[in-house]
Amino acid sequence: MAARSNSVVALGLVGVIAGMGGLAFASVRLYRMFCAATGYGGTPQVGPQAGPGASGRFITVRFNADVNGGMPWRFEAAQAALRVALGDEHPAFYQARNLAATAVTGVSTYNVTPEKAAQYFHKTQCFCFNEQTIAAHGEAQFPLSFWVDPAIATDPHTRDVTEITLSYTFFHSLNDASRTGALAKAGPHIGGPDAQRPVATP
Amino acid sequence: MTASYDHAHDGHDHHDHKPGFFTRWFCSTNHKDIGTLYLIFAVIGGLTGGALSVMMRAQLMHPGSHVFESGQHWNAVITSHGLLMIFFSVMPGLIGGFGNWFVPIMIGAPDMAFPRLNNISFWLLPPAFVLILAGQMVGDGAGSGWTLYPPLSNSTFQSGPQMDFVLFALHLAGISSLLGAINFITTIFNMRAPGMTLHRMPLFVWAMLVTAFLLLLSVPVLAGAITMLITDRNFGTAFFNPEGGGDPVLFQHLFWFFGHPEVYIMILPGFGIISHIISTFSKKPIFGYLGMAYAMVAIGVVGFVVWAHHMYISGMDVDTRAYFMAATMIIAVPTGIKIFSWIATMWGGSIDMEVPMMWAIGFIFLFTIGGVTGVVLSNAGIDQALHNTYYVIAHFHYVLSLGAVFSMFAGFYYWIGKMSGHQYPNGLAKIHFWMTFIAVNVTFFPQHFLGLAGMPRRYVDYPAAFEGWNMVSSYGAYLGGLSMVLFVVICFLTFTSKTKVADNYWGEGATTLEWTLTSPPAFHTFEELPRLK
Repeated sequence: MAARSNSVVALGLVGVIAGMGGLAFASVRLYRMFCAATGYGGTPQVGPQAGPGASGRFITVRFNADVNGGMPWRFEAAQAALRVALGDEHPAFYQARNLAATAVTGVSTYNVTPEKAAQYFHKTQCFCFNEQTIAAHGEAQFPLSFWVDPAIATDPHTRDVTEITLSYTFFHSLNDASRTGALAKAGPHIGGPDAQRPVATP
Repeated sequence: MTASYDHAHDGHDHHDHKPGFFTRWFCSTNHKDIGTLYLIFAVIGGLTGGALSVMMRAQLMHPGSHVFESGQHWNAVITSHGLLMIFFSVMPGLIGGFGNWFVPIMIGAPDMAFPRLNNISFWLLPPAFVLILAGQMVGDGAGSGWTLYPPLSNSTFQSGPQMDFVLFALHLAGISSLLGAINFITTIFNMRAPGMTLHRMPLFVWAMLVTAFLLLLSVPVLAGAITMLITDRNFGTAFFNPEGGGDPVLFQHLFWFFGHPEVYIMILPGFGIISHIISTFSKKPIFGYLGMAYAMVAIGVVGFVVWAHHMYISGMDVDTRAYFMAATMIIAVPTGIKIFSWIATMWGGSIDMEVPMMWAIGFIFLFTIGGVTGVVLSNAGIDQALHNTYYVIAHFHYVLSLGAVFSMFAGFYYWIGKMSGHQYPNGLAKIHFWMTFIAVNVTFFPQHFLGLAGMPRRYVDYPAAFEGWNMVSSYGAYLGGLSMVLFVVICFLTFTSKTKVADNYWGEGATTLEWTLTSPPAFHTFEELPRLK
């Protein structure tokens, strides 16, 4: 009887281990879902949903552009800032130039600050949803479209926000980097003088 | 239930025969022998990790020193020091060593529930230990720090197999801990002697039960995180790599979801040992037994929802920081219950200042200092300034290097007579205590000042302005190294001592079941179950 009951307990405990291990892997997706749902970490709302139309209040949106070290692009915002009506959908543009002699594919991460404003910041279209490729020494213009929920002005947590910064950092796409062998060359550059070169907005 | 115990010793002869050397020590299924192996292993791990820390203090004694040939070599040594002390000294000593020895005895069980599993748990550790050392010695060494954060631990910054050695070492140590945890929980739930209800269980057993549950819930998360790190490094996945859509901060969340319970895994068994010692040498039952048991449960539960206080500067918003700050401070309540209950146990007691009691009181004093600086650091605002400074180093060495390690020495002096049958040299043991007590305080107290002055941790060198207190700290570390040598001498003198100890050499204050057995206990104990009235 003891033998059986010991193995029943042990089996239950193995189940707990499997459950926690599974949860660790599920957390990759859960973490992403949590950030998307709550705007945690400055994750903006993403989707085709249209804005409710212009309200009488305005907010300033600033545009920031960065490239990761080892990414041979010059990347900058076409406009430093826009003053937009809450609820009104607006386009904005970034431009990039490939400094390398080969075509390079990049992918950008993005967020907004202050982080608490993210849940009211809606991106309807964005170049950051897909990988972007620029031909050798080529240039490209990247569009995006966004609106800011008027509720930001009434929520007691966010009504002090008068300025939102939208930020992008371009990375060398992992697939492209491994295809061109850029990964192997990335080592010595990192921490060097040209790593994390911030690009000034015009 | 009685029938089940009869079954448990069916296979054994009733006289006290021991198998031959190889079978006894390499194929052991005896909880006492496995406990002994764990304790020896913990001493080896502690001496290795301690030797590394003396090297580190030698490097930091003066600015511009060149004890280490490069910064990466330094990084590799701090990584090994942290991992060795946590996974190969404190955990095997407190959980595998004292836990294996005394959990079955204290609940009146003849052995652990799964003796062969117990053997595997131990023998996974030596290869893991070798892998950690390989991680330090191959190439430039694995220099990620014990926290293993990517991108520092990814293949760009730690190329070569040494980082993978360390990650696999942690996998092995993790499997060892998990098998041990299953064994402890099953033993404690199923194999208690008649009359030994959960609410009459000795506090050390309670501590081991909570610890085993913490291991069970936290170690698989570490295993998941380092598996993802291994695939990121070697198989082109991008769990923590923004180029491929991953997020390095996710690793920090996963690591600290394991890492914070881990610090309680290291200290809770110590809490259990200290409770027994304080009660024994005050000749009083522990004050507030149930409160003490459930305080440990509360520490375990709340310990799972405070992890992000290690990540205040990772870009969390202010509301999240406020939550983690409040939750963290709440842990001071059950911890305070324990500290005050120990003091209340001593209050009005007939106190014997035997060596284990000196270590126990030293533990309470030093752990309280570490606890207070912990509450300081839990403030998200203050932590912005103190994060990754020597103040943090001082804090966690006060609770672990001084707290957990003092509880291990307390347990050693309390039980070595029971485990070996030999008397330790009393005078030298007192010198060992005072030497260690002075050494650790001289080493770590000045690090508070260095941290408040802004000296960051993990660096191989520092500006000359920090030299004074660094020199003091290094002298403390050298004295600490000497006290470890003295400890080895004491071990030698104890095992060669001709003085045999009595069954219950601490007298009326020692009331748990191990004191009803001979010293050392027979190879098989409790073949007839004790009955508790």
